[in-house]
Amino acid sequence: MTTLKTRTNAPLSRRQFMASTAAVALVAGASTLATPLRAAEPIKTAGIYTVPVEQQWVSRIHKAATIAQERGDVDYVFSENVSNTDYARVMREYAEQGYKLIIGEAFAVEQEAREVAAEYPDIAFLLGSSFKPDEALPNFAVFDNYIQDASYLSGIIAGSMSKTGNIGMVGGFPIPEVNRLMHAFMAGAKEMNPDIKFQVSFIGSWFDPPKAKETAFAMIENGADLLYAERFGVSDAAMEKGILAIGNVIDTQADYPDTVVASAIWHFEPTLDKAIAEVNAGTFKAADYGVYSFMSEGGSSLAPLGTFEGKVPEAAIALVDERSAAIKAGTFTVEINDDEPKSS
Amino acid sequence: MDMLDILLSASFWAAAIRIASPLIFATLGELICERAGVLNLGIEGIMVAGAFAGWMAVYSGTGLWTGVLVAMVVGMMFGLIHSVLTVPFGLSQHVVGLGVTLLATSSTYYAYRLALPEVTSPPKITAFQPFEIPILSDIPLLGPALFAQTPMTYLAFVLVAVVALVLYCTPLGLALRAAGENPSAVAAQGLSVTGIRMGAVIVGSGFMAMGGAFLTMSAFDSFFFEMVNGRGWICIALVVFGAWKPGKALLGAVLFAAFDALQIRVQQTPLGADIPYQIFLMTPYVLSILALIAMSRRAEVPGALMVPFNKGER
Repeated sequence: MTTLKTRTNAPLSRRQFMASTAAVALVAGASTLATPLRAAEPIKTAGIYTVPVEQQWVSRIHKAATIAQERGDVDYVFSENVSNTDYARVMREYAEQGYKLIIGEAFAVEQEAREVAAEYPDIAFLLGSSFKPDEALPNFAVFDNYIQDASYLSGIIAGSMSKTGNIGMVGGFPIPEVNRLMHAFMAGAKEMNPDIKFQVSFIGSWFDPPKAKETAFAMIENGADLLYAERFGVSDAAMEKGILAIGNVIDTQADYPDTVVASAIWHFEPTLDKAIAEVNAGTFKAADYGVYSFMSEGGSSLAPLGTFEGKVPEAAIALVDERSAAIKAGTFTVEINDDEPKSS
Repeated sequence: MDMLDILLSASFWAAAIRIASPLIFATLGELICERAGVLNLGIEGIMVAGAFAGWMAVYSGTGLWTGVLVAMVVGMMFGLIHSVLTVPFGLSQHVVGLGVTLLATSSTYYAYRLALPEVTSPPKITAFQPFEIPILSDIPLLGPALFAQTPMTYLAFVLVAVVALVLYCTPLGLALRAAGENPSAVAAQGLSVTGIRMGAVIVGSGFMAMGGAFLTMSAFDSFFFEMVNGRGWICIALVVFGAWKPGKALLGAVLFAAFDALQIRVQQTPLGADIPYQIFLMTPYVLSILALIAMSRRAEVPGALMVPFNKGER
């Protein structure tokens, strides 16, 4: 386990940071002076993650927390690569150190995390979970990446771009968070081509890109001309074989400009901002924050087409626009289906 | 595709050889250690360290082959730690091995974070590309499967031959095998059992690290912390499967990989719709255990495996 303290006085965006180190130094120096007045003391916030912060899912949480820190809303530290067997201990450590908001993931420690939360009723816990909140545990709220709206839209594009009508999907494990996005994607693809076939495989690991890549190769051999890249490694197989891919959770087009058509992106900011507001108001309670990942809340979006601008059929673009508007207006709901998807 | 089509397709065998390559390196490494009488359970961690070291070297600007060399040297350093503790000090090889695995994985992560404190996604390198060997790659079925691989795969196969040659046709090989069978006899010849065993563990660990490096520099182009994903432990079983012989161990690695490549493909046949995917993921392991049972009945275990040698002690 490594504990790192993020820079405290660097209110700059990721883009600026990427620009150059020299520029960063300047911007950081200049914008420290311009920090807006704070409404409240920054909330002492700790992130506890079971994987390094550059992994897709966690990277979105880390990014939102870093932005909130730049705004002065939170005082953010994090521990990454915490093993599940160690998770409760790290939770307790932060709780004992006086952190007021603890964010992270309880997927493999659902019971234990709740037990720890019960011991510290004054601390707000906002953890990713496959389960629902419990009113008996008022300081334990749950969230997950409910980005089925964006996945559905990316599916529409996929359905219009696949020529063979055969789409390959490689996932880690069939847990609700993965399943619902796959189902939404499949529903979207069927809008454009009702006869489309799906090949679905799970590799039984979150981070084994060579294995994900091999699985993707097998699907391409079996006729797939477009891949749904739930795992790292799938987009690489697509690029090597010169077929298309759809990204998930993060926008990967920059790495695969010729093959990644679109990505369904998760924005954790609305979820975190809601929690910050609740903690500041003293009204934090057991709730399901999943809804703040919905597109209507700004929690998910379809990445810009970028290099594929003008290459996607107009019918698909029109449907994407129509459905996005309907989803945001609340007149169209993407079905949430947590069952394990099967090949068709 | 039905089963026969899959088994007769060159792409299936190409996948099997690709999947087998990291296993071949690491299995050879473990085999060398065990042939000299030392069980090296540091294998999983050393593969992680090698995967990171080779990739990081290339990412920092060295050539690909230099990266492989760096991985090997890092592996040898962990091998040195392992061998000092298990050979001259004669400590429990199980405990030291697992300790080295833990040390190597965690120090790898530490080094990773020191080297790349703020990255948004793990950076990529330009990895080894498949290289088609002229003429040979035109042979039907065999050509695309065997002779259109990345250079590291060729290296793995060459190493099997080299290790077999050294083990069975040179005085060094004889001394190494004797150190694992009857160390007193080696000492009686005036040779240093300690030196031979330590050398074997250090070189073997270097091979393991190359197996890890294959994952980040050939199979993929980026480093992920958990990407070795138990492959090291498989290699321990493959050494037993191969009855401590390089040729048979190679066969075992390819067989295991073929099962893996097969299950990926069978998942997409009509059979896959009825059977839970976990069963498929399990098959390579289950079949390997069955093969292990069949093969290991006749295997000759090195006589002094896991027995520390103290000079002059009876």
